[in-house]
Amino acid sequence: MSGNNVIGEAAIRAGCRFYAGYPITPQNELTEYMAEHMRTAEGGVFLQSESEIAAINMIAGASATGVRVMTSSSSPGISLKQEGISSMAACELPGIIVNIMRGGPGLGNIRPSQGDYFQATRGGGHGDYRTIVIAPDTCQELADLTMDAFDLADKYRTPVMILADGMMGQMMEPVIFKKPKPRQYPEKFMLRGAGTGKSKFIRGLLLDPIDSEAHNWKLARKYQVISENETLFEEHRVDDAELVIVAYGTAARIAKGAIKRLRSQGMNIGLFRPITLWPFPEAKLRTLSAKVKNFLVFEMSTGQMLEDVRLALQGYANIDFHGRPGGSVPTPSELANVVARIYNKKDL
Amino acid sequence: MAKTVFKHPESLKEAIYHYCPGCGHSIVHRLVAEVIDEMGIRGITIGVPPAGCAVLAYNYFDVDMIEAPHGRGPAMASAIKRCLPDRVVFSYQGDGDLAAIGIAESFHAANRGENITVIFINNAVYGMTGGQMAPTTMLNQRTTTSPTGRKKELDGYPVKVSEIFSQLRGTTYVERCSVSSPAGVNKTKKAIKKAFQCQVDGLGFSLVEVLSLCPTNWKMTTIDSCKWIDEVMSKEFPPGVFKDEIAEAKKSAEDAPC
Repeated sequence: MSGNNVIGEAAIRAGCRFYAGYPITPQNELTEYMAEHMRTAEGGVFLQSESEIAAINMIAGASATGVRVMTSSSSPGISLKQEGISSMAACELPGIIVNIMRGGPGLGNIRPSQGDYFQATRGGGHGDYRTIVIAPDTCQELADLTMDAFDLADKYRTPVMILADGMMGQMMEPVIFKKPKPRQYPEKFMLRGAGTGKSKFIRGLLLDPIDSEAHNWKLARKYQVISENETLFEEHRVDDAELVIVAYGTAARIAKGAIKRLRSQGMNIGLFRPITLWPFPEAKLRTLSAKVKNFLVFEMSTGQMLEDVRLALQGYANIDFHGRPGGSVPTPSELANVVARIYNKKDL
Repeated sequence: MAKTVFKHPESLKEAIYHYCPGCGHSIVHRLVAEVIDEMGIRGITIGVPPAGCAVLAYNYFDVDMIEAPHGRGPAMASAIKRCLPDRVVFSYQGDGDLAAIGIAESFHAANRGENITVIFINNAVYGMTGGQMAPTTMLNQRTTTSPTGRKKELDGYPVKVSEIFSQLRGTTYVERCSVSSPAGVNKTKKAIKKAFQCQVDGLGFSLVEVLSLCPTNWKMTTIDSCKWIDEVMSKEFPPGVFKDEIAEAKKSAEDAPC
């Protein structure tokens, strides 16, 4: 299955019953998959929205009723969704936002890119909030982590972003769908009409700064708990590594190809792959720097995750960078040449 | 035997409105609450207040509510209704919310024929932000952002929401009323009730536009504001039923195979 379809199927299996989206390349297959399969799932709602803005607000409304929800888009469309993502974070509404990144800024192009790292990991919209950001690098991971994303969103009542790119969305790999966990989401958070009881309201507006500050700190404490408990990463051949590449998503796949080549030439190279980009596996990366002193950050951007790596490693290790922005996808041999140059220069 | 002739609606909390003296929101809130009471739908109603003066509507309505970002109410309401088709879902919006920043969400919810009700407060001005020009501001009307009056050459024309929305095939019932007089208030309540009934009967999108007063930003007394609605605003925005296909919708629902 293609990555886009895998996300759709995993979402439906995880119990997603509301999807809204607007066409944009390179994620259209996902919207089309949902159009075909959501309405045949029991209780499933598919809505092609008039805009990305409407789509994110639709999933916010559906989420408030207690339904598992998802929307998807690509870079320019994700910019439009930011208002709603901020609102969902403020109102503590769970939901999944898929960003199949393309080249930017502006309309950019429809080629794979990783230029939305800052937007994804820094919240993206206005205000003091964070979104959990998950960056798979295989179709199997897209399947597993999309399912997990729904559980995480429920657990912390917060929007979760799946951050992939056009390459991940379009490529095809075989996958096995795991059995989803039974959903546990308390009814007290659902808005379904007051019945004979007390009415509820969901809001983000807190005019009194004392209330608003308290709400912000409450969210901050939640983000702290997420930071401490929910980081995911992969270490690939780091045990004997003298230089470690730090890369995620498609860039990590390219890095694995490059590492194979470099190892066959006798160079001890490893990979550290953050799977959650927020929370960033900072502590783990710093632990690694106890034995490895040379890191190369590799991204399909001009250097965004680079800043998080610097925050983790500055003063602990040497950090180099290689990146290709704007929808250019480097080959493993290009990266291998860059790594070899650094490796030889440092005389490792 | 004593007869109750006046009581606080059960769907309205015992809270003091933050609205300015003379504001039409207080009247329309009460009308909506009375209708919800009379129809016995408090327990199954979900409201979506807008950004704008009515953003705090959840402090007043004693029904489940969720705040929408500015203009996005109908998108949210559409989704809520799709997930809970047996609930009564209404969106409460001002003129900036519906006819400017949220025109796409409102237009397309109407065009999809979502079975929701929109209560649209048209007071020709942005109230909460301090009286700026709205999409429904009258030509030559002075606001803080049209200090010499709205000029058609520079600012365009007042947007006639009821006229436009009644043209969409997705809408079933569209009426414009006014709360500038007791008779108008009674008529508005009837229209709101009809709109909610249209939804309860599953007959599709209903919108009630209410010409409402904003004495503070119009810089008029309440009496003068009512006069201004009747003598000036009503010329540009004539009250009336713009679309009523309830009977047709009922018939086609009855004719449809089960």
